[in-house]
Amino acid sequence: MRLPRPVHNYFARHAQVALNSLGRLYRAPLASLMTVAVIGIALALPAGLYLLTGNLQKLGARWDGGANLSLFLQHSVDLDQARALRQRLAGWPEIDTVHLITPEQALAEFREASGFGQTLDLLDENPLPAVLAIRPDAAHASAHAAAALTERLRALPEVELAQLDLQWVKRFNAIVDMVRRGIWVLAALLGLAVLLIVGNTIRLEIQNRREEIEITKLIGATSGFIRRPFLYTGFWYGLFGALGGALVVQLAFLQLLEPVQRLVGLYQSSFSLDMLSAGEFLALLTGGASLGLLGAWIAVGRHLSAVEPQ
Amino acid sequence: MIRFDNVSKRYPGGKDALQAVNLHMEAGSMAFLTGHSGAGKSTLLKLIALLERTTRGQLFLDGENLSRAPKRRVPMVRRKIGMIFQNHRLLFDRTVFDNVALPLVIAGYRHQDIGRRVRAALDKVGLLGQERAFPITLSGGEQQRVGIARAVVNKPRLLLADEPTGNLDPDLSRDIMHLFEQFNQVGVTVLIASHDLDLISRMPYPRLRLEQGRLLNGDGAAAQ
Repeated sequence: MRLPRPVHNYFARHAQVALNSLGRLYRAPLASLMTVAVIGIALALPAGLYLLTGNLQKLGARWDGGANLSLFLQHSVDLDQARALRQRLAGWPEIDTVHLITPEQALAEFREASGFGQTLDLLDENPLPAVLAIRPDAAHASAHAAAALTERLRALPEVELAQLDLQWVKRFNAIVDMVRRGIWVLAALLGLAVLLIVGNTIRLEIQNRREEIEITKLIGATSGFIRRPFLYTGFWYGLFGALGGALVVQLAFLQLLEPVQRLVGLYQSSFSLDMLSAGEFLALLTGGASLGLLGAWIAVGRHLSAVEPQ
Repeated sequence: MIRFDNVSKRYPGGKDALQAVNLHMEAGSMAFLTGHSGAGKSTLLKLIALLERTTRGQLFLDGENLSRAPKRRVPMVRRKIGMIFQNHRLLFDRTVFDNVALPLVIAGYRHQDIGRRVRAALDKVGLLGQERAFPITLSGGEQQRVGIARAVVNKPRLLLADEPTGNLDPDLSRDIMHLFEQFNQVGVTVLIASHDLDLISRMPYPRLRLEQGRLLNGDGAAAQ
């Protein structure tokens, strides 16, 4: 299909200006590269942190399923009764494994870990109860099912206290959530930095091309015509900066890939590190290009009208 | 083509560059604007090209009241005028071809038309072989002819020249003036500010004399 001539002309002119701006950047490779690198670093920081916390969230979601239960038994329950209870609970379908920690084991562990050994010697008797450490069956490991199981166990007469160890997972997730929110603040600040970098670069460019701007104004250029190459320059800076940023993030995560696999292997887990998805990559490019365009727009609006032919 | 009705121009700071100037130039006429430096020659040309705005009075170009033209009209008004400057005002990082093509690019001409018109304009000023040269490699007279080619490339009906021969020796100056005569002969209105009295006294066109911002014989041009 052929476009009507004015429309075709319009696009052809835009394409030409876009290419000219690109060529101008190419002809000053060092200066362009430095600007692009600064923008890239500014964009890589929030993008990388976003990806990192995304992975931590994924990890936290998996730990949700690894809930553990601790049953603190009544003091009146003796060791034989505790063993019997352990046997009984091991038969429950919801429960995968039950591990008995006797008061003696608990005391020994506590003595070792706390450093209160001397003080504990002063006690007449062992104050610690027997504990049953329970790992729910995989099918009942979700936060909700585990909580229901905890309720049932709490109702047993031998049980003094039933505690679901989801707290730390919740805290972990809360911290990750908080950090993720912090990233948006960081991203906003660094986005502002990109605006300033592009704006300042365009301002210098306008100064350097002052004579050219004056002459084109003299022979009847509209402000749109004069603005266009600078806007495209800003657009290219942002786009290439974002590409550079994505490259930095991918390289950094490639470096992390192997150690993470090794660490995960130690836990017999199958966690895999997420890299930038196609959607995130595209979002980064769009964001970078928009920031570049906006920065150029602001600079052009502020500085171009000041250039008037004499 | 050009009409000044009681036009005054006062610059910020209080300097009166033009005072109550009345002037009428018919379409297709040619005239010289003379006077000492600072008499207001440049200001008068700048008012026509909307490089400066009138303080008082009315200024008409081709029937349009420029004193009232809004800012967005400025580029369109300038496209109707070919302007030539003493210091040429060429872009030194572009070839002769690109310099001359600039008004056409700005006006959005198609690629094929641009090549044709640029070559026609360069042919007219005798620089057809220099398309790919950079202005810096040309002599002063050649640079001025590039400036003229750029001014006429989109066939304006009015040419304004501010001291076009200011930096040229007498022979080259005569050539340049002869070029302007040729454009005038095909119907272009030409107004040339110059203090090269030796040269222009030998040419049969009216002279408008400015003295301290006042035009001494503005109506003289109307007879032309």
